[in-house]
Amino acid sequence: MAGQVKDINSSKQRRKKNIILGFNIFLFLLPALFLFVSILIAPIVMNVFWSFHDWNGMTKDMTFIGLKNYQKLFSNSVTLNFKVALKNSLILALFSVFVQLPMALGLALILGRKPKGERFFLTVFFMPVLISTVVIGQMWLKIYNPDYGLLNSFLKLIKLETWTHIWVSDPKTALGSIVVPTIWQYVGYHMLLMYAGVKGVSPDLREAAMLDGATPSQVDRYVVIPIIKPIIRVSVIFAVTGSLKAYDLVYILTGGGPQKRTEVPSTLLQEQLFLANKYGMGSAISVMLIVLCFACALLITAAFREKDN
Amino acid sequence: MKDMKKAKMVDFDTEYAPKSSNPVGKVIVTIILILWTVINIFPIYFIFTFSLKSNDEIFGNNIAGLPRNWIWSNYTRALGTGNMGLYFLNSILVTGAAILISLIAALMATYAITRIKWRASKLANAFFMLGLTIPLQASIVPVFFVLKELHWLNKYSTLIIPYSAFALAMAILICTGFMVEIPYDLDEAARIDGCGLWRTFYQIILPLMKPAYATVGIYSYLQCWNEFMFANVFISDSAHRTLPIGIQQLSGSYTTDWGPIGAALVIATFPTLIFYISLSRRIQESFIAGAVKG
Repeated sequence: MAGQVKDINSSKQRRKKNIILGFNIFLFLLPALFLFVSILIAPIVMNVFWSFHDWNGMTKDMTFIGLKNYQKLFSNSVTLNFKVALKNSLILALFSVFVQLPMALGLALILGRKPKGERFFLTVFFMPVLISTVVIGQMWLKIYNPDYGLLNSFLKLIKLETWTHIWVSDPKTALGSIVVPTIWQYVGYHMLLMYAGVKGVSPDLREAAMLDGATPSQVDRYVVIPIIKPIIRVSVIFAVTGSLKAYDLVYILTGGGPQKRTEVPSTLLQEQLFLANKYGMGSAISVMLIVLCFACALLITAAFREKDN
Repeated sequence: MKDMKKAKMVDFDTEYAPKSSNPVGKVIVTIILILWTVINIFPIYFIFTFSLKSNDEIFGNNIAGLPRNWIWSNYTRALGTGNMGLYFLNSILVTGAAILISLIAALMATYAITRIKWRASKLANAFFMLGLTIPLQASIVPVFFVLKELHWLNKYSTLIIPYSAFALAMAILICTGFMVEIPYDLDEAARIDGCGLWRTFYQIILPLMKPAYATVGIYSYLQCWNEFMFANVFISDSAHRTLPIGIQQLSGSYTTDWGPIGAALVIATFPTLIFYISLSRRIQESFIAGAVKG
């Protein structure tokens, strides 16, 4: 009997203790939860809700229109060409994955072979990552300037005057003039990640391969690259989702023009909000971006797993 | 997590050097390295020199050369009429506050997730890690609307709170990597000595987490210092502009006068670069720890 009473008491005590513990855990999580829920989670829920409505963000009347916003996104509208925006993001993503990442990998592999001045090169190659995109954008605007810019002056200097363009305003070259700085800025970022991976490959493994008669490039191909595959996967995810999210350089260099040819989803989003006051449509674009980012991350992860098997 | 541990121990000085490499290949490699170095350094040289030139030189025949007359007054003009001094201070304030808030929130959350035993701790961690994939665009419409309704646009906190929230996921990830390496015996010993959770947290864990502060700080610094979209949308008065918006505005209003714009670009860029060059190894390691999450 006495034992049972004790048990009940202790289980009561334990429950009390658990409640106190739970409360403490909650308090520890509270600041993070507050930030996370108020700025990230709640807005996503609101976005999904608003995206089913026609709403100008000012009046109280919100009309439920179901999936119409999404339908409109994929119809051929002149003022809101989401398909062109997606296509531009896709082009940016393709250049990132097939030009930027191979460049980054090449540089990482070269630096992994311990050339003279390894630290110096590593430091210099990473520098553009630290510069604000606004600065980079403004700098490139000065380079692209049709009258006084570096690029046209250089072309004139080497007598290639026919190659000169009004770069950012010429429909033919506008997207290209966004792609080049974008790729240039982040080569260093991916290089650093891959370099860390390359450095993580044990020297014994390299030496063993060399003793078996492998050349340095064969070592890179058959030993190093398979080992750093998880890092390459992360880089591909960052490159693709980064292209979907592209905004800064597009806004600064072309503002989506000429004739809306270089529009990306984020510049469309901003136009819908501030020029057209279409909050429902803005939300629909946001939701599409979230879905696409998650889908791409999952697909890339799956693709890499598939390859391994 | 395993990958992160590996990344933290990146050894920049491994004693490995290939012996057999053909001279032609070596020359090509050297050319590639030097070429890419020039491509990376030239823009910095370019903005620095044109920040000291007059329009005559820039629009004349001296676009890429050293300035003939070094016009330092471009800087006083950028700082004075261009307001770059104010924007610089604003950036420091907003970035500093966001780093502090995200760091404190992350340390507390990480403590609850990694050092207290409870059923849903893994789930809580996974929940916060969602933040790594959520794009900024996900919250811009609702946050803008709510801030507008609350008359909360054009304040410092308008940027500080969203920046803290978006820096949080990475901060928790980094803190987790550091915190799981602190021996759990310490908590045990503290509990036996009668320390509660909170005292263990601030007297034992926090002092041991100091290396994580730098990593989180560097990562959040870059995210916030250069952020453009939120600042562009949420801030419309000149008193609260941060550097990126300030430069964008300056370039709009001074389109005819390039020198002060160049000076503004230098003011926004060089402090970061000097900081980076003096601490390059530390900063590179932080980036690796932050990004390679396996």
